[in-house]
Amino acid sequence: MTGNIICESSEMGRILERIAAAVLRRNQGRQKLALVGILTRGVCLAQRLQRIIREQSGLELPLGSLDITLYRDDLAQATHHPVLRKTEIPFSLDGATVVLIDDVLYTGRTVRAAMDGLIDFGRPQSIQLAVLVDRGCRELPIAADYIGVEVPASTRDRVMVRVAECDGFDSVTVMPRSASPVSSSGGE
Amino acid sequence: MSETIPSLLLKNGRLIDAAQALDGKFDIFLVDGKVSKIGIGLEVAADRTLDLEGLWVLPGAIDLHVHLREPGYEYKETILSGAQAAVAGGFTSIACMANTMPINDNAAVTRFILEQARAAPAKVLPIAAITRAMQGEVLVEMGDLVAAGAVAFSDDGKTVPDSKLLRHALEYASLFGKPLLCHCQDNALFADGVIHEGMIAAQHGLAGIPALAEEIDIARTIMLAEYLKVPVHICHLSTRGGIALVRQGKARGVRVTAEATPHHLFLSEEAVVDLACGETLDEDLKPAMLCYNTNSKMSPPLRTAADVAALRQALADGTIDAIATDHAPHEATEKAVEYDLAPFGVVGLETALALALRLVREGVLTPLQLVARMSQTPAAILGLNDRGSLATGMAADLTIVDPECEWVVDPEKFYSKARNTPFTGWRLQGRVVRTIVDGRVVFSL
Amino acid sequence: MGFRRKDLLGTRDLSADEIRTLLESAESFKEIAERPLKKVPALRGKTVVNLFFEPSTRTRTSFEIAAKRLSADAVNISASTSSVVKGESLLDTVDNLQAMAPDIIVVRHKSVGAAHLIAGHIGASVVNAGDGANEHPTQALLDLLTISAHKKLGPGLRVAIIGDIAHSRVARSNIWALTTLGITVRVCAPPTMLPRGLENIKGVEVCRRPEEALDGVDVVMMLRIQLERQDRLLFPSLRDYAAIFGLNRRRLALARPDAIVMHPGPMNRGVEITSDVADSEQAVILSQVSNGVALRMAVLFLLGGQGHE
Repeated sequence: MTGNIICESSEMGRILERIAAAVLRRNQGRQKLALVGILTRGVCLAQRLQRIIREQSGLELPLGSLDITLYRDDLAQATHHPVLRKTEIPFSLDGATVVLIDDVLYTGRTVRAAMDGLIDFGRPQSIQLAVLVDRGCRELPIAADYIGVEVPASTRDRVMVRVAECDGFDSVTVMPRSASPVSSSGGE
Repeated sequence: MSETIPSLLLKNGRLIDAAQALDGKFDIFLVDGKVSKIGIGLEVAADRTLDLEGLWVLPGAIDLHVHLREPGYEYKETILSGAQAAVAGGFTSIACMANTMPINDNAAVTRFILEQARAAPAKVLPIAAITRAMQGEVLVEMGDLVAAGAVAFSDDGKTVPDSKLLRHALEYASLFGKPLLCHCQDNALFADGVIHEGMIAAQHGLAGIPALAEEIDIARTIMLAEYLKVPVHICHLSTRGGIALVRQGKARGVRVTAEATPHHLFLSEEAVVDLACGETLDEDLKPAMLCYNTNSKMSPPLRTAADVAALRQALADGTIDAIATDHAPHEATEKAVEYDLAPFGVVGLETALALALRLVREGVLTPLQLVARMSQTPAAILGLNDRGSLATGMAADLTIVDPECEWVVDPEKFYSKARNTPFTGWRLQGRVVRTIVDGRVVFSL
Repeated sequence: MGFRRKDLLGTRDLSADEIRTLLESAESFKEIAERPLKKVPALRGKTVVNLFFEPSTRTRTSFEIAAKRLSADAVNISASTSSVVKGESLLDTVDNLQAMAPDIIVVRHKSVGAAHLIAGHIGASVVNAGDGANEHPTQALLDLLTISAHKKLGPGLRVAIIGDIAHSRVARSNIWALTTLGITVRVCAPPTMLPRGLENIKGVEVCRRPEEALDGVDVVMMLRIQLERQDRLLFPSLRDYAAIFGLNRRRLALARPDAIVMHPGPMNRGVEITSDVADSEQAVILSQVSNGVALRMAVLFLLGGQGHE
């Protein structure tokens, strides 16, 4: 595979452990703490964080998954044909502290859509954002609370996150956009 | 018609004349609107000579069944535009149905039609209604109408439901030697049907018109003609059952004749959901809407593929005597509506001969049979003794065809005012290049 | 996978893949009905016109709720208030609508092919909400969605459709959709309301008697019998019809014990279905209604939430 490899499996595990520890540290004593992953890879990462937190602290955090398709601001322009997946938030968000989890933070538009989606389910006390990669180039005033790795990349680059649950292996790579065919694999 | 007609010598064409059983290269000399001489290598002094090498020369085609819409519906078609379409399609005589407004049920209307037809390039033969206002209740004044020029009687578009009245109509018309052209349809079985009652109707929820609706009435009509020993003509046969009834009637000696339309000879009920019906259409002309295109809606409806095959067989074996177009012009917006609300009918004058030539190409008809079905027999059915053949002394009504010429049906180029043909985009081979009526060239491609 | 059509005119030409995509999307939309805030912004700024030339409360309301839950602007135009009564042609009416730039037109009309005529005439997406006796695709799809909650959709499943098949767009759309998925469909109607030739469709079995149709089936769909058919001599009386074709406990016992009973509504209790059957555990008639909204959300979303070139 072409591209610059930023991290692989073992390192990704360490990054997630660090994020889990930070989440626990910052939210010590909170009564209603919950994890919500953004489909698809954000959900895989959220599941891993849930497991690591259980191992680190014995806490069993409720976990939800969020499909942001219906909240996207580019539906009308999208040349692809959206496929809707299932949102599952099997707990009340009212008064909860929600850690929203995604693989890559880029323009901020996905996170904007996800916050709109979450708020339709209830009124969380607060929303925090955890991302595996922050690649910069924000278009909205959004920042992450927990960042696994910062990868300064230009808009001409493509940052791809692969997770074992979806892709068979873990990796974060950066490659020039022209070098990679645009495919559905790898979050960005 | 006082001016003299220049004499015309047609050289080297292939003359095909069923009445004389001629098919070969002959020269034809036309003088004073009549056929003067036929021969090989004619040496005569003609005002004008045309070399028709490679072309077919046929006795002018005669259409037993057209709707010219004048008087009353001139926006759909006029006698002039219909006649122009006729000669462009190779028809030199056309018999026009009575369902105008007012209906041609009295001599004044017949005379009006003939008066309008004086400016028309084709010979227009008015068919009068059988019953007043086509209401199926009271007979028209047949004697008066015949005197005015009516060539036949028909309530086309409707049947005459009252059998006693139909009996009297057949009897009374026989006094004048004029045929009844019967549109056979049992109204109760026809009901609010829009297409053939078959697979397509079943699958698409369109109200069906059973074959039976036609056949029951054909049986009744033939039985009356048999009992009365009078001739009768059945319009637009469309079903196997109807063909069988005519065939059996003929075998029993009933004086029954029948016609079929080009659309029933080429299209089946499939055309309702795919107007192309298996044909490779010209890409530029292909209609935007092939499914539920209202140009597949006519009465009688397009039947099954088996019916199409049977019609072709019956046309070949003579059970069907004539090809008639049932040319039914409608204005574009009238057809651009919901399928069930659209009027029945399609135009046919400008495509019929080319489609008939395709039947020859496909081996369904011989060239002589084509001439018989489109000229000789229609003339005989209407009792027109001066046409239907190019024997010496007959009217100089001729259709000249280039059998090889390839063309695409483009309704925008029609002489007819109407565009409602199901054959848009069809690639046809064989085209009328000249039409001559009474010795004058009335159409040239 | 995916749904890339401009219009949804029928189930007849939908592939199994397209049907599954629609059902999966609808499955996701079911969840929205359970939220406290039953609205998502997916079609914000889009206009959905419900153009109904036939009276319908149920279907029109269902489409309206679906459009509103997707944040679209929904406008209802019914024949009685439109210019149709003034003799305007269908295409003129549509041209006038077009000037208001709708994104999706949901149309119901008594004429077969009316939705096709409109779809061929304008750029907006068209959803057929019933054209004569031809198709009512969203009803069939919501029926499939309802069945899928109880049964696996696919070969081996047997569905009986009983009632006025000839005049039923619901029956036709279901026949196409079910047979495309390999499901066996038994149809049963009085001979006067059974179109000739249905038996030629692959996967369709024609039964003379309801007892024969019900034997061992997994799903029973009863169709509404319309009283006006009686005036047209298609059956002697409702009483006679109910006695021979009505679904009652005794007849339902012929189906599989876990069979579900469906009805597109509105029901004639005591005619095509007895009250005890309609209100039984086996009846899923109310799920059909709630699934209708989710399914229609999916259809509007898939048609309206994509960029057309």
